[in-house]
Amino acid sequence: MNKHVELKNHQREIYYFRLRLAISIGFVLVLLVILLARFAYLQVIRHDHYQTLAESNRISVVPIVPNRGLILDRNGLVLAHNYSGYTLEITPSKTAGLEDTINELSTLVEITPKDRKRFKKLLAERRNFETLMIRNRLSDEEVARFAAQQYRFPGVEIKARLFRDYPYGEKTAHLIGYIGRINQTDVTQLEENELTANYRGSDYIGKTGLEQSYESELHGTTGVEQVEVDSGGRAVRVLSRTPPSSGNTLVLSIDAKLQEIAEQSFGNYRGALVAIDPNNGEVLAFVSKPGYDPSLFIDGIDTQSWDELNNSPDTPLNNRALRGQYPPGSTIKPFMALAGLHYGERAPGLTINDPGYFTLPGSSHQYRDWKSGGHGSVDMFKSIVVSCDTYYYGLATDLGVDRIFNYLSRFGFGKKTGIDLDGETPGLLPSQDWKMRRYQQKWYAGDTVSVGIGQGYNLVTPMQLALATATLANNGIGYKPHLVREVRSVQIDENHAIRSESLADLRIAPAHIDLVKRAMVAVTQPGGTAVQAAAGAPYHIAGKTGTAQVVGMKQGEKYDASKISERHRDHAWFIAFAPAEQPGIALVVLAENGGHGGSTAAPIARKVLDYYLLGKVPQPLPDLADKEGEEHD
Amino acid sequence: MTRRQLWQRFIVHLDRPLLLGICLLLLTSLLVLYSADNASWGQPLNQMLNIAVALTCMWLVANLPLHYLMRTAVPIYLLGMALLVGVALFGEISHGARRWLNLGVATIQPSELMKIGVPLMMAWYFEKHEATLTMKNYIVATLLLLVPVGLIARQPDLGTAILISASGFYVLFLAGLSWRVMGGLFVAALAGAPLIWSMLHDYQRLRIMMLFDPSQDALGKGYHTIQATIAVGSGGLLGKGYLKGTQTHLDFLPERTTDFIFAVYSEEFGLIGSLILLSLYFFVIARGFVITANASTYFTRLMAGSITLIFATYAFVNMGMVSGILPVVGVPLPLVSYGGTSMLTLLLGFGMLMSIETHKKLIKT
Repeated sequence: MNKHVELKNHQREIYYFRLRLAISIGFVLVLLVILLARFAYLQVIRHDHYQTLAESNRISVVPIVPNRGLILDRNGLVLAHNYSGYTLEITPSKTAGLEDTINELSTLVEITPKDRKRFKKLLAERRNFETLMIRNRLSDEEVARFAAQQYRFPGVEIKARLFRDYPYGEKTAHLIGYIGRINQTDVTQLEENELTANYRGSDYIGKTGLEQSYESELHGTTGVEQVEVDSGGRAVRVLSRTPPSSGNTLVLSIDAKLQEIAEQSFGNYRGALVAIDPNNGEVLAFVSKPGYDPSLFIDGIDTQSWDELNNSPDTPLNNRALRGQYPPGSTIKPFMALAGLHYGERAPGLTINDPGYFTLPGSSHQYRDWKSGGHGSVDMFKSIVVSCDTYYYGLATDLGVDRIFNYLSRFGFGKKTGIDLDGETPGLLPSQDWKMRRYQQKWYAGDTVSVGIGQGYNLVTPMQLALATATLANNGIGYKPHLVREVRSVQIDENHAIRSESLADLRIAPAHIDLVKRAMVAVTQPGGTAVQAAAGAPYHIAGKTGTAQVVGMKQGEKYDASKISERHRDHAWFIAFAPAEQPGIALVVLAENGGHGGSTAAPIARKVLDYYLLGKVPQPLPDLADKEGEEHD
Repeated sequence: MTRRQLWQRFIVHLDRPLLLGICLLLLTSLLVLYSADNASWGQPLNQMLNIAVALTCMWLVANLPLHYLMRTAVPIYLLGMALLVGVALFGEISHGARRWLNLGVATIQPSELMKIGVPLMMAWYFEKHEATLTMKNYIVATLLLLVPVGLIARQPDLGTAILISASGFYVLFLAGLSWRVMGGLFVAALAGAPLIWSMLHDYQRLRIMMLFDPSQDALGKGYHTIQATIAVGSGGLLGKGYLKGTQTHLDFLPERTTDFIFAVYSEEFGLIGSLILLSLYFFVIARGFVITANASTYFTRLMAGSITLIFATYAFVNMGMVSGILPVVGVPLPLVSYGGTSMLTLLLGFGMLMSIETHKKLIKT
């Protein structure tokens, strides 16, 4: 009985299953019929329509490239803009006999061997139904001459295109950067970020500097046009159009005039200058010398110019302000002094005796002061004013490297400042851990001694030192440095101000700050290491000089600039903020192989401060050659 | 053993009508690939390698007796789930989605495995509870489907999630899910849609709308559809002739060896060619249904029916998307598009069909 029921169920089940199977077959047949109907519709009923579309490729979807956003300085001066110009372009797939066509063309407009070379390069890179540029910046006369003869050249056309221009050229090259032709690496990057559609038709992309780091703001949104074209490829009629929206305008915190003066003040020196408003982190000037002509890169740099730039001993392509890593030298001393006060290792009034050298207990090795014979009795105030090395050898030893590491890293040493430019380097702030990791060696007491005067393992970038100086100027409250103040949208008339991002308050005791600031003011007054540079200034400058050794010296050897080749001379540093009582600007000057900070770097800083605070434009530059003498550091 | 006997043993588990249909489609694949790759042997040769590997696997599966096939269900499903969880936790992000898992030796896309794993598991589950099927079993089976689908949809890979859902639904349907429940689900989905729509972010709505109206994205995915439709339409009744498709050879067609290969075929062989291709697909599908109807156990019926319906769905979705009636989701044309993974998955499925067909005689005796 039981078996009977199951058997019956089984048959019923089979029946139901086959019913469902039949429904499935019906379902598949319906799908097939839908497809067949669609194919018949496309291939029979609408065939003529698609036939014409395909054959003459009558309708083409043309991307409309948006205008790239402008870059302005804080006062509205233009740092990067576009101008329109005419280019002569060839579509290889529509042209019979490329070589002949180009030869013919050269009788009408000038085509240099360089143009031909660039065209060949494009031809190899691009697909041959795209239009490729053979000449740019045609004169009106050339345009007229070609237009009259255009019928002879199928597949060749004149196009109006926008070109990028940087009015300040080399002076802002390291800041603004440049755009360049989109290459395979860029394409891969765009594909990864799913931006390929928005870059259809775009030829250029930001390669370095702000052009690169703000690419997404500057590029804009590509528009589309469906156009009807005749067999020669000329647009007859626009069928539909989605307009592009231009890229946003960047308004920088940079003061272009200040930037220019800072740049010129370097004269023939290589180096870097970064000026920051300590009250909000806005970067006012950002100089890396020497610069280069950014326009060389836009359409692909030629080999000769590239070799010149790349092999120059002056390394003009190196962004010194952002990426250059140097020993900080004596500019580290104010920060060391604060560390000494913070950890209670030095009372302000404590004096030490400086015989002109320092020795570690149980060792005869002499760490020399820059002044032979020493500074005599030195307290903290004087140690900064005369830049006493012996004082800081001792202080560093008493603090120990790890406390130095902890304290200085609060000022941003040893890490990226987070400025809105790509490619920043982190510098180096050593610690016991670091040395173990890097060299598998333990830290020696002797390593600490030279760290005290900024001459050991430590390396800083001018950008970092500028942030630290600004933080000190603002009593321990730092702001993340930034170059862009505002992003302006052209379409919706909406301005988006970039808010200043404050970093952690270092909570430095007011008495400590006061002591260090007073000492830094005294640096620029009689008896200090930067007295000449500050002479006659109607405001107080708080500053500190520094000299970074490029080559080491043996025990007992004396530094003599005249005997050392120019490239091995010391780097000159100067950090400053002014007016000392209510700082409106903090800056860092580095002059590579400039010798003494007081004589080379400080005068550059003075010109920048005079312009910024007084509006004074410097007279033709005085000679910035080294002065021999007592002054140092 | 004579050579003849050896040969007999070699082919005994291959279903001849099915094999014939598959081989004709594979030949078509090579023919069209040669044209789509601009008359070069590069991709066709690679495809031959893919085919050789996949056919070998098909042969192995076809020779696997049914109880072995059933035993693989749970391990394959669990492995697939483990890999999917692995992807969610450690997967590599590419193109904004987390779909790939790097195992050191190779990167794999576990959702591909689940295209077979999910229906296999569900069929196994129904077989286990065949005698006492209640509503509870359908709910459990649905959960077996929804968990991996949810993980895949989160990657996000909406296309694959929808296709696996379809394969699972086929199993539920063939297993006899009552019409009333299906009707209820359908009504619930219709009622729930506006609610879900109201919960979506603006950009998500935009994405969905773009899926159905390609002209909104004329430079991105819409470009593919526009150019593919032109290719199909301009093919006409007889086609432009082999190697003569202008859309194909003037570089207008994107992804023309993979997802959009049907546009190449259709441009060059016209409506007649499309009809032939549809007939070939229908032949394979019909044979699949015959095998399903003859299958001897509950498990094999469900599995065979589901495999056949999935195959039909893939073919329909791909051709529908190329001819512009369905949104662009990344589904290759089965057995024709260039690519090793989908070839392998499909032929593994056909291997199962053959095993189901050729081993049932042994069970009956």
